[in-house]
Amino acid sequence: MRFSRRDLLKASVATAALAAAPARVRAAAPEPVAVTPALIEAAKKEGKVVWYAAMDLPVSERVARGFEAKYPGIAVRIERTGSERQFQRLAQEYAANIFVADVINASDAAHFIAWKRNQWLAAFVPEEVARFYPAEHRDPDGLFATSRVYVSSLGYNTNMVKPEDAPRSFVDLLEPKWTGKIVKAHPSYSGTIMTATFQIARELGWGYFEKLAKQKVLQVQSSVDPPKKLALGERAVMADGNDFNLVLLKEQGQPVEIVYPTEGSPLINCPNAVLARAPNPNAARLFQSYLFSREGQQLLIDFAAQHSAHAQVKEKPGRKPFAEIKVMKDDPAAVEAQAEEIKARYSKYFGV
Amino acid sequence: MTIALPAEDVAPRTNKLDLSWPILILFAVLLCVLIVLPMSWLIYYSFVDRTGAFTLGNFKTLVTDPVFVDPLVTTVILATSSSLICCAFAAPMGWLVARTDMPLRRTVRALVTASFVTPPFLGAIAWELLAAPNSGLLNKIYRAVTGAPQDEYLFNIYSLPGLIFVISCYTFPYVFVLLANALDRIPGDLEDASSILGGRTWTTARRVTIPLAMPALLAGALVAFLQAMTLFGSPAILAIPAGFHTMTTKIWSLFNYPPKPELAAAASLPLLVLTVALLRAEHFILGRRGYSVVGGKQGDPRLIRLGRWQWAALAFVFLVLTCPVFLPYGALLNATFSKVATSFVWFNNFTLHNIEFVFFELSATKLAVKNTFLLGTASATIGTIMALVIAYVTTRRAIRGYRTLGFLATAPVAIPGIVLGVGLFLSYARPPLVLYGTLWILLLAFVTIALPAAYQQMQSAFRSVHTDLEDASRILGSTRLRTLRDITAPLLRTSVIATWCFIFVGVIRELSAAIMLFTSETKVISVLIFDLNESGDLGAISVLGLIMLAITFAVVIAVNRIPGFGDARLRNA
Repeated sequence: MRFSRRDLLKASVATAALAAAPARVRAAAPEPVAVTPALIEAAKKEGKVVWYAAMDLPVSERVARGFEAKYPGIAVRIERTGSERQFQRLAQEYAANIFVADVINASDAAHFIAWKRNQWLAAFVPEEVARFYPAEHRDPDGLFATSRVYVSSLGYNTNMVKPEDAPRSFVDLLEPKWTGKIVKAHPSYSGTIMTATFQIARELGWGYFEKLAKQKVLQVQSSVDPPKKLALGERAVMADGNDFNLVLLKEQGQPVEIVYPTEGSPLINCPNAVLARAPNPNAARLFQSYLFSREGQQLLIDFAAQHSAHAQVKEKPGRKPFAEIKVMKDDPAAVEAQAEEIKARYSKYFGV
Repeated sequence: MTIALPAEDVAPRTNKLDLSWPILILFAVLLCVLIVLPMSWLIYYSFVDRTGAFTLGNFKTLVTDPVFVDPLVTTVILATSSSLICCAFAAPMGWLVARTDMPLRRTVRALVTASFVTPPFLGAIAWELLAAPNSGLLNKIYRAVTGAPQDEYLFNIYSLPGLIFVISCYTFPYVFVLLANALDRIPGDLEDASSILGGRTWTTARRVTIPLAMPALLAGALVAFLQAMTLFGSPAILAIPAGFHTMTTKIWSLFNYPPKPELAAAASLPLLVLTVALLRAEHFILGRRGYSVVGGKQGDPRLIRLGRWQWAALAFVFLVLTCPVFLPYGALLNATFSKVATSFVWFNNFTLHNIEFVFFELSATKLAVKNTFLLGTASATIGTIMALVIAYVTTRRAIRGYRTLGFLATAPVAIPGIVLGVGLFLSYARPPLVLYGTLWILLLAFVTIALPAAYQQMQSAFRSVHTDLEDASRILGSTRLRTLRDITAPLLRTSVIATWCFIFVGVIRELSAAIMLFTSETKVISVLIFDLNESGDLGAISVLGLIMLAITFAVVIAVNRIPGFGDARLRNA
């Protein structure tokens, strides 16, 4: 994302032009839309919805099955890859006039800024989003909203590391005893890791990564993978990755433990949006409504151990409430501006 | 994977109906779409910058930036070592199978075929399960047996030696096939002559058999080098976690956002140039010495009696085959039914969840299986027809310009899969002809990749049908087409079916071109497995991998059931 001052100028000119357009366009968020029988009927006629979802596959498939159970006759097909890969994929497909995706989810919120600028997103506000979501989790123009929240954490395998020896902070990972024992995901693949890398570099400086790169990390791609590698016992500690995967693995009885680093955990807000060129626009809107509904959000909490911006959902007892986790501040606009530099620096330090 | 043999001297026939120009033009156009256009775009892109102005900057970056130089060096080390290892193991195996009385020779050939058709990326994932330093099954056994501490390991698959090992596992069949083929063809007479002149068994082997097989071994070494150099899946799975790139993974990573197609094109060219150079070298070696033993009446090859060594030989062969076949298949089977991919299945962790997940929850499965089948069938059919027509034209010299056709059909052998993928993407992802996003672009890629080998197979099949039979038919008044239908086609039936199956199997295991060309609607099983690997869903991969192997073996076994065909054809592959 090269983003020069001239681009900014152009953008502001464009905004000015938009402001001069008729009032209908200028109006902030569109009217919230309830799920009506007419919408369901139209969605059923389309019969399917394609969800580009950069999220753990078992989780997204579970959400899809929940939707299919509620609205029989509409099949959800999930296209899963990492957010950064997905960003490139969508751009590549749109450049070749291929419009397959209906709904899109990414763990790099910066992507929605770019897509919004490209006018690739449809303005659509499900009724529950308008009623139950705080303003900071809604796009003012009604193009997207935060569908799920979690953090990137540290973690360790309890068979390989005693609790008292476990790292408590990011800088603990730089100790020589962890050399060759760390697994880490990649910011050129995963939106979670891109977002986390930005926040960690901002808080601790790039020197942290430069030193971490010398620890001979096992470099995996997706942020869902480090927790899995811990569970396998392939590495003793993870430097980043989804905390919810660790929670789920622990609940399954796998020998893993979550560590929320003392410096704070990088905060990951994952927006979801309907695409303007969705080939199944009604099914896409119905799916968007389902995902943001209390039912869909509760599923993400209960089944996937994530958190919700929805005011009415309940955290699952026995899990650490989100409010108790010390988080770093997210800043999608800054991630968007620095993405290319972050990837380049990362590759330079880590070799791939 | 061999270069066209020089056509025999058959007198050109006259033909009342001159189909020369239509056929030539049709196939020339087709082959241009497949090869010339993508390669032209590739070259064009490598010489321009983002604005489209001429530049040598891409190449300058390529040779000066360590980000590119390191992968190039790694790739050369990787390819050289793999090639040497392949020869070191495939040569004695090929000799044992073709020239000695070692027991179970047919079984060994079948098992080599199994490692040949196993997708290399699947083998790489299976070897992650086996030899990841901490969680690998073999390392677990090692620690359990020796009582070594938790962080000690015997193997580390995430390393350059690990990668070289895995690539060798699935590349050695190429050397084996070429060598066993050559040894099969060496006539017994020459060895008999040596014995009659007083040479002992081993003297004969050393002074007659081995020198005669040398060209095939050298050719095998080159083919193995090329395979190792152009492979994408295995390095992506094993090298990136270890923190290094090979050329293929580097090229692929240049399509991460923001994509740098110009650099990718420039980085593809060294692979292309090296491949062409090595194939010329192979041609040179085989062209000079390879065929001196072919022709005339041949005595059956004499089998050397191993005596009590035969069991040692068999043990050696099975030990080698453990690496590409028994261990990986076992690991995949274990992961399929285990709750944790790298725990040994036992009553307390047995699960059918992975199977259930792949068949009933994973929404990409159905589409990927459908696309794979569709592409496999279509590529095999089109590829076989093209190979059949071109082989007929070149062996029977049916039209003018047959040499050009033969050359064009063989040319794709010099284009590594990922380079072809980049070329096709650059050519067909933009107007006027947008094929990206459809199955057509994958079809183009798969047919192109399959054509050279298919053409070789059909060509040797045509050679084996003596023209006397066709001549007899023509003399009795049949037209050329009728002769083709009534005489030649029935005689070639088994070869045609074999070629079809060969392409089908090849398409199922193709990843390096598919990874550049797929979209969400045109995903194939290999790409799906690769995607799942990036998110660490090893259980689902194992299930899909076993499905893939099952389809492949069903096809291979079907081919072997064809009477009079047996394993001979696959040795030609």
